Parts: sequence; C-alpha cells; structure tokens
Amino acid sequence: MHIREAWKDEPLVSNSGTMKVSVWRGQGDVGQFEEFDVPVLDNQTILDVVSWIQQESDPTLTYRFACRVGMCGSCAMMVNGKPRWTCRTHVKKVRKDGAIEIAPLRNLPVIKDLAADMTEFFDKWVKAEGVFHPSKTREDPIEPINHESNARQQASAAIECINCAVCYAACDSVSSNSDYLGPAALNRAWTLVNDERDSAAEQRLKAVSGDGGCHSCHSHQSCMNYCPNELNPTASIAGLKRESVKNLSWWGW
Amino acid sequence: MLNTRLYYLQRVSAMMMAPLVLCHIALMIYAVQGGLSAGEILSRTQGSVLWALFYGLFVLAVSVHAAIGLRVIVFETFGLRGILLNAFSVVVLLASLVLGMRAVYAVVAS
Ligand code: SF4
Ligand code: SF4
Ligand code: FES
Repeated sequence: MHIREAWKDEPLVSNSGTMKVSVWRGQGDVGQFEEFDVPVLDNQTILDVVSWIQQESDPTLTYRFACRVGMCGSCAMMVNGKPRWTCRTHVKKVRKDGAIEIAPLRNLPVIKDLAADMTEFFDKWVKAEGVFHPSKTREDPIEPINHESNARQQASAAIECINCAVCYAACDSVSSNSDYLGPAALNRAWTLVNDERDSAAEQRLKAVSGDGGCHSCHSHQSCMNYCPNELNPTASIAGLKRESVKNLSWWGW
Repeated sequence: MLNTRLYYLQRVSAMMMAPLVLCHIALMIYAVQGGLSAGEILSRTQGSVLWALFYGLFVLAVSVHAAIGLRVIVFETFGLRGILLNAFSVVVLLASLVLGMRAVYAVVAS
C-alpha cells in the first residue's frame, strides 16, 4: 500500500481519557495552582494542552506563544518543575505519574498566569553588550567571512539562540544573584567576541567581566542541559572567562 | 561578585594548592608511618628555610582561596554586598593569614 494511504487509515487523534493538569494562576507573587481535566490525545504538546484549556475551559488563562514550531522562543514555561519550550515538548515525554504541572518560567517576575515578564532578561542582553557594533559602514564593500576560521566556528556554534530564556530559568546562579547577566546574554556576547566584523571587543569584555558577569557562573551546566537548541552556554562563558583573563590589566579594570 | 582579578587569584591559588596539598598529605603519611615523634619532626623543621617557604606559600594560597570562595558563598547565601562583603573578605584573608603564619612560625622558628 502506498505510504500516504496507510497513514490515512490512522485516525489523526485518538481520545484515550483525560489527564490532570495543574496550571499556575495568579499575578505577581500571588497565586495558586488550579486543576483542569484535559483530554489525552496521541500527539499532543504542552502548548496544545495550555491552548485547549484556554479555548475549551477557561478563556481568561494567560500565556504566550507565536510560531508553534520552536523558532520564536516565546512559549517557554516550567513543566513538572523543568524549563521547557512547550510547543515542542510532547506530553508523553514529560508526564509524571499521569499528571502535569505547568508554571511560569523560573527566575523571572510573573505578569499573569503563565506569562513571565521577560524585561530583565532582554535588558541583560543589552547590558552584556549583546549588540553588534559594526566596524564598517554601508559604503564599504561587504567583507568576506571565512567560515573555516576558528573564531567563526566558535561564533557559529553558539549562534542559534532563540531567546527562549529556558537556560535563564534553569540557572541557579541567576536565582542567587539577581545581577547575574545569565547564560543567554553571555552566550550572545561570546558570539560577538568571535565576530570579526564587530568593533567593540574591549567594551564587551569589560561589560561581561564585572560584578554579575561571566565570573559569577559556577559552570554547573544546567543551561546546557536544558537549552532546547542544544547550545552550550557554559562553554561560551568559559570562553569569556579565558578572554577576560587574557586581557586582564592589574591597574585598569 | 567576582571580577576578573578575583577570579584569576582564585584559579592561581587553586593551582598552587594542588601540589602543595599532595605533598603535605604524603608528608603526613610518611611522618606517621615512620613513627616520628613531635620532637623529631620539630628538629627537622626548626630553622629550615625550605619548610618555612613551603608552608608559608601554603598558608598564603589557602588564605586567598578561602577568602574569595567564602566571599561568593556569603554573597549568594546571605546577600551580603558592597563594603560589608569586602570587609568580610579582608577579615577572612587576614585571619587565615595570621593563624596560618603563626603555626608556620611555631614549627620553623628555632
Ligand atoms: S553553567 Fe553557568 S550559566 Fe549555565 S546554569 Fe550553570 S551557572 Fe548558570
Ligand atoms: S541559549 Fe538556548 S535556552 Fe538559552 S535562550 Fe538561547 S536557545 Fe533558549
Ligand atoms: S511558540 Fe515559538 S518557540 Fe514555541
């Protein structure tokens, strides 16, 4: 039989009962978990579950998503205590004893229900000089980039970040030090340190090596464990530590 | 709460401590296995510039390392910052230095 026909015989979804889903409800620091019974489907992501609740059970539930395919980084939440990109997290993979608990991302203030306030997360990107400073103007010819160069390869290895803040929520150093710039901002800074077209290397190293900078990282690698794009911010931060030591001046900063 | 200088000092003091700790442990085992009495040990250490340098360096590395390590722990656990945190670090550094150097002095002074 043709493969497409065989697939057509399978029902797209099969209903096999319901599951208990606890969802955090509240604003700011005040709130509590509320339980919902959600139909179990064969193929179902955590974002599907949240959307079902909002569409079928309680339209006041607040949450955030955009692309639903793991590109935009807006749907991250805590699922059974772990930070996850919910649009690409299958219920089957994370259900614990048949139940699911969904809460807003850790280490960030809550706006309402499942929507965390990302302001400080993005402010820290800017603080870490996660901003490109061009060394040329638009009048200059486009600079050829050597993709084989060591610097470019280090930048490329860290570049696929979708700003989801999963690593930020996973990091205990962020929990214990609210000034800590966090894995995502530092990972971004590392890509720019290695970008030959950028002109602000010194300024950036200074921005990432003061209080709350790369030296606040304890290298325990939660960021790497949870990053949905399998990036390794710990390695990027180690790179920043090395560079800052290389550029250390005992009389200046 | 660590800038590059403190981070660097933390790493360098750790690198110094690694061989010193191993030597110290080996020495302890040797002294105990060999059945050396306190008097016999003292007779070897007293007046020795080498032992003074060895343990002097050890005390220095430990004091720097402990002061920086405790600084981070106290900041992260109790939220101590600013001048208080600096004062705490300096007190730990000086206290370890004084106590350690007194001990070194006691075994090498003749
Ligand atoms: S390795 Fe560093 S940035 Fe990553 S989770 Fe640990 S402390 Fe945070
Ligand atoms: S480094 Fe990974 S976990 Fe962190 S924001 Fe980027 S994609 Fe998300
Ligand atoms: S909705 Fe865009 S990454 Fe999940």
